[in-house]
Amino acid sequence: MPDTSRTVIEAVIVEEGVRFNLAELCRACAAEPSFLVALVDEGLLNPSGSGPDDWQFEGAALKRARAAFRLKRDLQLSVDAAALVLDLLQEVDELKTRLRRAGLE
Amino acid sequence: MEFKDYYATLGVERTASPEEIKRAYRKLARKYHPDVSKEPDAEARFKEVAEAHEVLSDPEKRAAYDDVGQRYGRRDEFRPPPDWDGGGFEFSGRDAGPGADMDFSDFFESLFGRRARGGAARGMGPAPGADHHARVVIDLQDAYRGAHKTLTLRMPVVDAQGQVTLHERQLDVKIPPGVREGQHLRLAGQGAAGHGDAAAGDLYLEIVFKPHSRFRVDGRDVHMDLPVAPWEAAVGASVVVPTPDGNVQLSIPAGSGPGRKLRLRGKGLPGDPPGDLYAVLVITAPRADSAAATEAYAALARAFPHFDPRSELES
Repeated sequence: MPDTSRTVIEAVIVEEGVRFNLAELCRACAAEPSFLVALVDEGLLNPSGSGPDDWQFEGAALKRARAAFRLKRDLQLSVDAAALVLDLLQEVDELKTRLRRAGLE
Repeated sequence: MEFKDYYATLGVERTASPEEIKRAYRKLARKYHPDVSKEPDAEARFKEVAEAHEVLSDPEKRAAYDDVGQRYGRRDEFRPPPDWDGGGFEFSGRDAGPGADMDFSDFFESLFGRRARGGAARGMGPAPGADHHARVVIDLQDAYRGAHKTLTLRMPVVDAQGQVTLHERQLDVKIPPGVREGQHLRLAGQGAAGHGDAAAGDLYLEIVFKPHSRFRVDGRDVHMDLPVAPWEAAVGASVVVPTPDGNVQLSIPAGSGPGRKLRLRGKGLPGDPPGDLYAVLVITAPRADSAAATEAYAALARAFPHFDPRSELES
């Protein structure tokens, strides 16, 4: 689909202010709702709202949900294992940041 | 086109059983998966491993690949036979395997065709288009000031016959100031077209900063080394610091040592609150490359007869 109009497209920063409902986050991750519900059950995603119908996810959920999806698909991990891997990766990131700030890396 | 030796990629024999292939794949996938690997070329390596797995784990594709290898040679330059026509094989079509969001090699595509991606809805009624993802590399200065960028994206499009072709399109994108590495931009309506009357999907761009020789980014904060002369560090000075957003004046306090971090509040990436810029002092001494310079160093030595830079090394 050649784009001839070339208008300037405004971009918004997902991690700052964007919120997703369940259907939107599913589409953004190309994942089934059941997968995201499982990530919520694991505590990897923490939407506000009382149930799937009115869940609201913060923008940062996009990155976590996509990473969990890739880990599950590519490494054939279960959802709880993918969640554990992501928690550990986050811990590694935090430790590396502390090392860098202390001038040790 | 180079013939891809998928068995070598996975490090297995040609006679390997499906279980051996699965084991080899899993081991390499854990090593090179871009989300977990710290290898510098992890993404490229994982793509090769995923491509090899895609072919060798599927009995139909593996048989076709072995057949091509036997008939057309494995080591010489590979040319698809003229009557190949999109592979010549028909496959039952699995498109959700490992690396399903990556482009595989030309060799793969010449054998098996291009893979459909994005999970386009195939139902009867209207359905929103799929969201697409891409990565965009920007300069640190773009993140400070915001920028207009023209991006060229290649997007797979499925035609009425089910053939997948790559369409190239250009987008003029306004990047808001303050975006940080690893964050995502959403471009509403720039994903795949919807079915029926439904809306198009969105396009998400993951932000990557082009590495900079001078600035190191840590979240919203930015660090840089600031070279100073020994006398500037010793007695203090006012120096000009080139930040990503232009020059600023900075006071070096008297008695500063090497490695001292001076904070320029609010001069990091913009935001609410904005980040800080840290200038790390690096003391740089001039060379004694003239008689006057040598004499100046000798005078310095005479002025500090008891100075021992190695006093802390003594145990």
